[in-house]
Amino acid sequence: MTTTPAEPLTRKDFASPTAIRWCPGCGDYSILTTMQGLLPTLGLPKENFVFVSGIGCSSRFPYYMNTYGFHTIHGRAPAISTGVKLTNPDLQVWVITGDGDALSIGGNHFIHALRRNMDLKIILFNNRIYGLTKGQYSPTSGVGTVSPSTPYGSVDQPLSPISMAIGAEAGFVARTSDNDVKHMGEVFAAAAAYKGAALVEVLQNCVIFADKIHDPYVGRANRSETLVYLKHGEPLRYGKEMEKGLVMDKMSIRTKENPDESELLVHDEKESSGALAFYLSRLSHPDYPVPVGVFRNVERPSYYQAMKSQIDAAKEKSAPNLEKLFNSGSTWTVE
Amino acid sequence: MSTDVHKIPLSPSEKSHIDIDSVTIRFAGDSGDGMQITGTQFTDASALFGNDLATMPDYPAEIRAPAGTVAGVSAYQIHFSSQDIKTPGDDLNVLVAMNAAALKANIGDLEEGGILLIDEAGFTEKDIEKAELKSNPLEDGSLAGYRVIKADITSLTINAVKETGLKGKSAELCKNFFTLGMMYWLYDRPLNHTLKWLDEKFGPKTKYKNKPEIAESNKKALTAGYNFADTVELFTSHYRVKKAALPKGKYRKIAGNEATVFGLLAASRKSGRNIFYGSYPITPASDILHGLSKYKNFGVITFQAEDEIAAIASAIGSSYAGGLGVTATSGPGICLKLEAMGLGVMTELPLVIIDVQRGGPSTGLPTKTEQSDLLMAMFGRSGDSPVPVLAARSPGDCFAMAMEASRIALKYMTPVILLTDGYIANGSEPWLIPDPASLPDIPVNLAVAGEAFQAYARDPVSLARKWAIPGTPGLEHRIGGLEKASKSGGISYDPENHQVMTNERHAKIAGIANDIPPAEVMGDADGDALVISWGGTYGAVSTAVEESIKAGLKLGHLHLNYINPFPRNLGEILNGFDRVIIPELNMGQLKLLISGTFGIPVQGINQVRGKPFKVSFLASEFHRILETQK
Repeated sequence: MTTTPAEPLTRKDFASPTAIRWCPGCGDYSILTTMQGLLPTLGLPKENFVFVSGIGCSSRFPYYMNTYGFHTIHGRAPAISTGVKLTNPDLQVWVITGDGDALSIGGNHFIHALRRNMDLKIILFNNRIYGLTKGQYSPTSGVGTVSPSTPYGSVDQPLSPISMAIGAEAGFVARTSDNDVKHMGEVFAAAAAYKGAALVEVLQNCVIFADKIHDPYVGRANRSETLVYLKHGEPLRYGKEMEKGLVMDKMSIRTKENPDESELLVHDEKESSGALAFYLSRLSHPDYPVPVGVFRNVERPSYYQAMKSQIDAAKEKSAPNLEKLFNSGSTWTVE
Repeated sequence: MSTDVHKIPLSPSEKSHIDIDSVTIRFAGDSGDGMQITGTQFTDASALFGNDLATMPDYPAEIRAPAGTVAGVSAYQIHFSSQDIKTPGDDLNVLVAMNAAALKANIGDLEEGGILLIDEAGFTEKDIEKAELKSNPLEDGSLAGYRVIKADITSLTINAVKETGLKGKSAELCKNFFTLGMMYWLYDRPLNHTLKWLDEKFGPKTKYKNKPEIAESNKKALTAGYNFADTVELFTSHYRVKKAALPKGKYRKIAGNEATVFGLLAASRKSGRNIFYGSYPITPASDILHGLSKYKNFGVITFQAEDEIAAIASAIGSSYAGGLGVTATSGPGICLKLEAMGLGVMTELPLVIIDVQRGGPSTGLPTKTEQSDLLMAMFGRSGDSPVPVLAARSPGDCFAMAMEASRIALKYMTPVILLTDGYIANGSEPWLIPDPASLPDIPVNLAVAGEAFQAYARDPVSLARKWAIPGTPGLEHRIGGLEKASKSGGISYDPENHQVMTNERHAKIAGIANDIPPAEVMGDADGDALVISWGGTYGAVSTAVEESIKAGLKLGHLHLNYINPFPRNLGEILNGFDRVIIPELNMGQLKLLISGTFGIPVQGINQVRGKPFKVSFLASEFHRILETQK
């Protein structure tokens, strides 16, 4: 019950007593474990972490973290978190959401939280399906997805949360997968360190309704061929022997066997226009290796700081005073 | 200047003063004619002079509807008096019409024999055509029943300002101040307030500093209008409305939305909680956003959200984090906020939701008033989801009710809905400035580090849970929209627990009845009927009841500031009356609540014309109802 624990926090401090009710084999478990492992390393007191979620399987996440948590309503977690963070900026606020929650019903809030650069860490569990409502297709499901609501296959085009986030001016955009906890831990740590709105898409497996949906590219067996790891300042190589690479060909990115070092695209997460990050976000399986890692990590003006400086300046100019407020403007006295 | 229609004798005495009690004036013109400014200036001058007053702006939903059309008419009505008044007036004593469309749209409200001041320049053939009139009312004899005063105000204004160098359209724009000058003469108002205002608005310290001719020409127009009325044989007398005998003290003029802003700021100071105002622009609530945005020195956070849902959601987030979350909107915005309100009910967080009601359904009548969101406020959420519902009765009362809504939200850890309406939000009246020190403190019940904590353990009296603010060591807990286990606050799908929690939520809100003032009967407590009003109809209903009593009817009047819960003595009062009459600007919503709650028949007086009740209409309805039911 003290502000600074006598002993350093450990993973166990963040495990809540609530019984976990995700399906056995769900990709959410590894995300939970990774998060519980990360928080003790961040040097913040436990009471300063808040997890806010919307609705869906992933949104049960806050119940399983022994921190402050708020399980809200469908799609609205970024908006609710905005109020939390602006009111109490000492809190580190994590938003837990899914592909339906963030991109469908909550698309508007997702866009605007990123645009404003609210200091929120948004973890988007993308399993390309609606799990909690029993398997309908989602905004990230591929065309032709057969589901209870699309028995003849879905006909609408999916969107990329990474492209959408970059389009919404997000300063930190990253992707990782639930079956690579080391990579996930690094990406989460980078998101935690970012000052502003950070979006992390986690390619997550729904073992019941879309099992192995991401396996063609994140599967351990061949992922050296199907993933390309984004590392700032390093050339974009992949393949078993790192013998392949990504090169720019006029306005397109192409894959190339045994490229010259000089022609390889070099990843630059600081590239200011966001054009490179957007290019990379368009690469998808099977035509390209799927990029994972940090697409974009640039400084942007913070909404909170701008707001605070206005409030501070106003306070400096005149202290709050009801007497003065009520008597402002024209007054008259009745004797 | 004089014509056939202007031959009704004005007054036997030449330019003498005539004392009168009350006057209702409406300034009407095109949206671009500056009628709102003209009305506001006349109001300020009357307030500073010491009259009691009530105002009602009436403007179109379109920013600039086609000039000269009826759709583009903007009007401002003021009722000022040497007596205590509560309404902006029924029939007009004076109508100022700057063009044919303004005349057409408003002439129906001018009393027989009333003064009609007309700018002839607004009655060209083209103006008649745009107003879709068959003939020119200045020539067809249709105005014979009024005291018509015509002048080519536009030309007079252009002449008056020409030495400042202002010409053409810019010069014409000063015509509203010329008109105002004429009205100042007619009602013996001093010019100094408006002259000073023009200097402040357009003077050397403003963005118009390089255009001194603007302030100069408007001042010239005002003075010229005053002198014109004094000199020319348009009026033979002018009128004096003496100071009103208001209670002693210092006053200011206040509009409802402004009073709401002040009430919220006072609640913030008295509770020690910063306001977080999440909002999406909507008529007629936007002035609350504009108002609060100015007071950042009070630590107010105003957040213009991406939509109505984010506006309330961010406010809930703030309340969760220890702020006083507030959101305001109008009916269509409330529709979008209802789901989030349910979350506020389930998570038992303080939240103030203000609905500045307008005509509905859907987009409805954005700039017109109505009281038709009451049942939505009461019941518009999924599940059994009780929230306190309060309603302000007048512009100044918005201050007290905004504070009260905040007090209840913080004390009972609940969303509270405060209903105002377009009429009181935009209307204004004199406001007796309170002493901030005399305003009550608003306590909050925080969970403290080190104490045994259960998220849904309740205070034995208020039944409120404690507010455990993130950042407090040792109180880490999870809340959310899923049903909570009683006391612990964990997730519970247990059927018995759901009954217990539903009962607790209900009992908590019902118990607020013990913490609000009992209802009072004004007028005849043993009358033949009890008239019940709520919200912005207070002024019209109380005035109509007073007049009806003077005319011999036996009527009691009860006004509800609290609709959920009802005041604890309401049932007892109702038992004492054989008949209950409820006038409302809707199709019978409080009527349904009262008759349903107390099992009694209620006679409704219902009107949805986008305007407040007229006192004369209510008085005649009271007579009709009591006569026919004898």
